[in-house]
Amino acid sequence: MTDKTDEKIINFMRLRFIASFISIVLVVGSLVSLTTKGLNWGLDFTGGTLIELVYDKPVSTEGIREQLESSGYTDVVVQEFGSAQDVLVRMPGSDPGLAKELADQLSRQYEGNVKVKRVEFVGPQVGEQLREQGGLGMLLALGMVMLYIAFRFQFKFSVGAVLALAHDSVIAMGLFSVLGLQFDLTVLAAILALVGYSLNDTIIVYDRVRENFRKRRKGSPVEIINISLTQTLGRTLATSGTTLMVLMALFLFGGEMINGFASMMIAGVVVGTYSSIYIASNLLLYMNISREDLVVPVKEDEVDDRP
Amino acid sequence: MLNRYPLWKYLLIAFVVALGFVYSLPNLYPDDPAIQISGASSSTVLESAVLERAEKTLKEAGIAVKAAEGDEKTQLIRLQQADQQQLARSLIKDALGDDYVVALNLAPTTPDWLTAIGAYPMKLGLDLSGGVHFLLEVDTGRAVKQRLDIANSEIRAQLRQERLRYRTMPERADGARQLAFLDADARDAAERVITRENPDLLVETGEQGDLYVVSFGFSEQRIRELEDDAVRQNLTSIRNRVNELGVSEPLVQRQGRNNIVVQLPGVQDTAEAKRILGKTANLEFRLEALPNASRTSTESFPFRDERRPNALLERDIIITGDRVSSAQSNFDSESGQPQVNISLDSTGGKRMNDATRGNIGRAMAVLFIEQKPVTRVETRVVDGETVRVEVPGFREEKHIISLATIQSALGNQFRITGLNSVGEASELALLLRAGSLAAPMHFVEERTVGPSLGAENIKMGIDSTLMGLALIVMFMIVVYRVFGLLANIALTINLMLMLAMMSLFGATLTMPGIAGIVLTLGMAVDANVLVFSRIREEIKLGRPIQRAIHDGYDRAFISIFDGNITTLLVGVILFAVGTGPIKGFAVTLSIGILTSLFTAIMVTRSLVNLVYGGRRDLKKLNI
Repeated sequence: MTDKTDEKIINFMRLRFIASFISIVLVVGSLVSLTTKGLNWGLDFTGGTLIELVYDKPVSTEGIREQLESSGYTDVVVQEFGSAQDVLVRMPGSDPGLAKELADQLSRQYEGNVKVKRVEFVGPQVGEQLREQGGLGMLLALGMVMLYIAFRFQFKFSVGAVLALAHDSVIAMGLFSVLGLQFDLTVLAAILALVGYSLNDTIIVYDRVRENFRKRRKGSPVEIINISLTQTLGRTLATSGTTLMVLMALFLFGGEMINGFASMMIAGVVVGTYSSIYIASNLLLYMNISREDLVVPVKEDEVDDRP
Repeated sequence: MLNRYPLWKYLLIAFVVALGFVYSLPNLYPDDPAIQISGASSSTVLESAVLERAEKTLKEAGIAVKAAEGDEKTQLIRLQQADQQQLARSLIKDALGDDYVVALNLAPTTPDWLTAIGAYPMKLGLDLSGGVHFLLEVDTGRAVKQRLDIANSEIRAQLRQERLRYRTMPERADGARQLAFLDADARDAAERVITRENPDLLVETGEQGDLYVVSFGFSEQRIRELEDDAVRQNLTSIRNRVNELGVSEPLVQRQGRNNIVVQLPGVQDTAEAKRILGKTANLEFRLEALPNASRTSTESFPFRDERRPNALLERDIIITGDRVSSAQSNFDSESGQPQVNISLDSTGGKRMNDATRGNIGRAMAVLFIEQKPVTRVETRVVDGETVRVEVPGFREEKHIISLATIQSALGNQFRITGLNSVGEASELALLLRAGSLAAPMHFVEERTVGPSLGAENIKMGIDSTLMGLALIVMFMIVVYRVFGLLANIALTINLMLMLAMMSLFGATLTMPGIAGIVLTLGMAVDANVLVFSRIREEIKLGRPIQRAIHDGYDRAFISIFDGNITTLLVGVILFAVGTGPIKGFAVTLSIGILTSLFTAIMVTRSLVNLVYGGRRDLKKLNI
């Protein structure tokens, strides 16, 4: 109980090169998928018409798709929405008449009761405007965060945190691209929340790194980082554990509207936890973090020019 | 050492928690589905017979009424069941006729003592309450063009007055108007007149062939001002029109440069809503053309009732409907004919006076301009393929609603007679009163969310929140025992404070907002976890228990502060640049961070102090 030496330090950084490799593969893979396959932009971004239908019996989306195609509706996305009885149809264009026609068509070809639950027409240029704003918000947020960390910690830490952040969001978005999941505004919100989450995680690790560099006279940067990661491991796991539990509850019980948000966040929390352990600190090592960077707070602004 | 807070700190915490409890309370009272009845015009008084008729209608249809309340202006009939609301409205509407506006409403059931201290429930977003959402785009270019048309008419009148002969030339490509003169002297004289009378115009002179030309248009800055005015005026008009619909808590908001968002919670009848909002109508007052007028200075328009032949009007516009400050329909005391009394603003009154003074005995027309939605098919090339795209567009239709003889010079106040029926008179008055639009608008976006979907979303939101909360509660107790229990109490207080703050700030709860709450719950635990693991570490290092608690809180605070401030930065920026769901999410996220900082640090600390703080003999901590 009263053992003052550091027992059982996990050598996280032993895996640092493997982790770098995995991350590079994931980031490059995500970027490739994002540029070639792109994202499955939802209605919020593309514009068009969305019709939510409720059938009185389970139906196959495949069948509905064929029906619509044979009636001349091309470019129509049909998907299940929560249950096999709820169907969501997305089509380009925003003509109320056309949406009604489509719903009529479907109810004619179905023996039973079909109810239209929701109709949305969304103009695409609004989506574009929002996309710009979202992107701008992201950049602005990153800038502010970098400034704050540079001010509170040190320049290298702010670079590390922001790179880790970019790493997380690129991989989470890459996953959405690879799986072809619909990217709508709630998913965008999830990415921004994930930025907050992953940042929080990274900062807490960094906080320990800073503290240990200042407190401990001995030890190489790798050792210091290993000690810091070991000390924060319990907290990291507990927090991502509770957050993941809550997100699973959202994913399972929150309904279809929140599904995209929950999946993006789950992906984000997993990646964010991994990156705060392996990537954020790893980046510090690549930037040759040293005790001199932190030990004397007054000198924080000086450039470290050791090899 | 002992962990104790001074008394004032405990009291402060208790006070905040109590406040949070009271202000989150209204959210426990669900809204009643209700029908709102009000008079179609502001002078209509709701007599008790009207209410009795409405209630009798409902009783006959087997619809249970919970309560009826209100005054002579507006009455609310609360219903037992939400799914009967739609039916009840159409029944009452049929029973009462056109003299009353019958609208759907959600009536709050918050007790009076709570509303008296400003405690109201959170507003629900459309995705939770059901309703319609429209996004309208204001055609600001049109507004500017119209203004220039009016300026053009005035300038021609001014030139005629100065006996300067001009010839009308086609518009310049940039929209500037041009007038041609035969010699340079006349042109320069005209330029002086125009510049003197119209200081807001940009006037240029030039030569074109053997003609001497004066061109005029608005400056960039003036155009921006006019566009801004147009959007603002449309916003006001739409607010007035939405009020005619009698919707509870409508949202009418400007978005971006020339968009307007309208949200009508509880409204399901989009056609009706669109009819009222979409009266993207404007009015123009013009003189009837003289029989010998030249073809280029006149235009032919049909009447709205279609039985009468077209009439020939002058091209020049006297004023447009945005100059009308008020309008009432009533009857002419002598003839008993329906008429509309109109008041104009000062500029409008001056123009009307100028135009009518010299034209007594001639007829003046009121032109009604409507934007009718049409869909046209366009062929476009997308990714190298030619595709047919349906483009929703609008066609402008102009009809004459009244053509009446000018009896005398008109000023700020005058009346329009010659209306066919009482109905026509009251509709014209309503349109003028509700404010005609400064520029036409188009529907860009329309969303309808069914009420059952909204209820389903709320249920799912509550379910997932409770589920998430239960999981965290169990986790914390298993991992941190007594401290976990204290953290759970703090977490519950946190949820309560979040609801209270959101209710106090009048935030609108949306589905992404709920996700934000749930997520914050997950993350709020973080601060406690940090503190508790720090305390564990300190104990492992052999610190005395009270010291370990103290240092645990102290050391963890720096990490918590840095971590949360960065997340808060993200939240605030999201709020600043985001719209719609993003904003809703940012609000809950930011509020959640603030409340969780308070509960995780102050509340748990005070609880820990109360349980363990005073004990000097503490040997072991259940953590």
